[in-house]
Amino acid sequence: MATLPFEKNMYELKSKIDELKNLAIDQDMDLGKEIRQMEIKLYNMQKEAYKNLTAWDKVSIARLVERPTALDYINRIFDSFMELHGDRYYGDDSAIVGGIALFNGIPVTVIAQQKGKNTKENIKRNFGMPNPEGYRKSLRLMKQAEKFNRPVICLIDTPGAYCGLGAEERGQGEAIARNLMSMSTLKTPIISIVIGEGGSGGALAMAVADEVWMLEHAIYSILSPEGFASILYKDASLAKEAASAMKITAQDLINFGTIDRIIKEPLGGAHTNIDEMASRIKRNLEESITRLKSEPIESLLTKRYYKFRKIGKVIE
Amino acid sequence: MRMALILGAINCSVGMFLERGNNMFEFKRIFQKSKYIEVQNLGNDGEKKPNIPSGMWVKCETCGKILYNKDLEQNIMTCDNCRTHFRIGSRERINYTIDKGTFIEYDEFMTSDDPIEFEGYKEKLQNMQDKTLLNEAVITGEGKINGQDTVIAVMDSNFMMGSMGSVVGEKITRAIERATENKKPIIIFTASGGARMQEGIFSLMQMVKTSAAIARHNEKGNLYITVLTDPTTGGVTASFAMLGDIILAEPNALIGFAGKRVIEQTIKQQLPEGFQRAEFLLEKGFIDKVVDRKDMKDTLTQILKVHS
Repeated sequence: MATLPFEKNMYELKSKIDELKNLAIDQDMDLGKEIRQMEIKLYNMQKEAYKNLTAWDKVSIARLVERPTALDYINRIFDSFMELHGDRYYGDDSAIVGGIALFNGIPVTVIAQQKGKNTKENIKRNFGMPNPEGYRKSLRLMKQAEKFNRPVICLIDTPGAYCGLGAEERGQGEAIARNLMSMSTLKTPIISIVIGEGGSGGALAMAVADEVWMLEHAIYSILSPEGFASILYKDASLAKEAASAMKITAQDLINFGTIDRIIKEPLGGAHTNIDEMASRIKRNLEESITRLKSEPIESLLTKRYYKFRKIGKVIE
Repeated sequence: MRMALILGAINCSVGMFLERGNNMFEFKRIFQKSKYIEVQNLGNDGEKKPNIPSGMWVKCETCGKILYNKDLEQNIMTCDNCRTHFRIGSRERINYTIDKGTFIEYDEFMTSDDPIEFEGYKEKLQNMQDKTLLNEAVITGEGKINGQDTVIAVMDSNFMMGSMGSVVGEKITRAIERATENKKPIIIFTASGGARMQEGIFSLMQMVKTSAAIARHNEKGNLYITVLTDPTTGGVTASFAMLGDIILAEPNALIGFAGKRVIEQTIKQQLPEGFQRAEFLLEKGFIDKVVDRKDMKDTLTQILKVHS
């Protein structure tokens, strides 16, 4: 069971409940009443805790190894998903998973930032940090979707664009910039969902969309709290304070008008019930894809432009 | 050790040649005691930064040659011995690039708000404004280059390291939109440490705003020239800076996405000679030309002519 720092008390209570259940079976005792009471107590503790999460708590949830990754959702939400590979110039970036699929019979293109579930996978996926060839693969797939009038769904979950030597040599900045520019005029509906970590430009490069959503405990930031703390507070260990000051939670972002929707997670976080989480995402997609597909493309593009155009606070 | 190095009265004398409208800011500036540009030497990584000490003459930090202020000014703040290009401010850049008397500034009174209510941000902004006599990290407007019309935006690394927040994003987006509307080319001189942390997600979104405006500018067949100057990094590199039809750069300018230290920590190796310098980018195929400052105006003129 995944344990988050703020869940310590709940974890202890859950252990006690499991103990009682085992005791009841072993000793053939009827402990139903006691167990039920403790379960109600646990439920209330969880409800209370999850109503009062700090920004750092959210960072912890978003970064949980157990947190569902893009493929967990893709396999539950879409049918006939076929992964496609390569950017056609250099290579195939495993940090990006993309391809064609059917959504309730409607052809779509799905592109996602993919983290690993264990060390071996994480090395394969580069911890969900794309190289330029990853962004270029995503753009190739988006242009393909445009050609065939397929809506594009992007799943965002990355600590950031990879900052390696090769990445820099192959133009990481240019790859991100080109995605930003091309997505802004892509002639097909785009929905981007931040399912975990929205790490700065590396996330943004796939989040120029008609609708930008976040799962309830996801984060979306200009920089990691650790990076922010080292630059502005000159002390990376002040990451907790930085996380609060930076305003990186879904709630902050919807208040700022920088995202369009928050999808509530099951109590305890998406990892406690992946099927339920996938089903909630699917319901939201059903409504939006139908609506966006029926909108004339010119009007869609104008709205997309002004959606981002209006973000910024200045004094004139 | 941080050294705050200062340039002599060159700033003021250059300032006199610029066209400014009547406003309180200009009034204050004329009566202010001789103000110097502060060019800070950041970082202890032993990297040579193009700094300009005070006095009647300076010693080039790269090659050690003695440069007299008058000569330095004539060489547009470059060392004629080793070609080191010292960092210059936005007003100076406009003065060197735009024909005298033709510059009309846009949005000159725009200043930053405090969108994520970041502690200390408002004070820092005020400090910067007092120190640099700039309202923000970019000046935008229109003018002529050897008689040819263009819209221009020049970033200034003296103001909070040229970081891009809402104002930089808004001013640049408006300049691009005006260029598109009037079917004019736009030239953007970049100089930035990246996105402005203190405005959080609002700064990140400026990357989209500017790139989307460029997309529309392109769709209408208009020209966009980027001139990358030292330093151009982070969110600026990953947005409008790398989207020019033609991308020029000053010699040895630092141009990259991630910071050098971050990359070294990630790969745990030393980086190759010349990494993230203009010449390196040229070699890797990401810029069109490295152009000396003394040739920049002519180069821009030539490009504009071909596109007129």
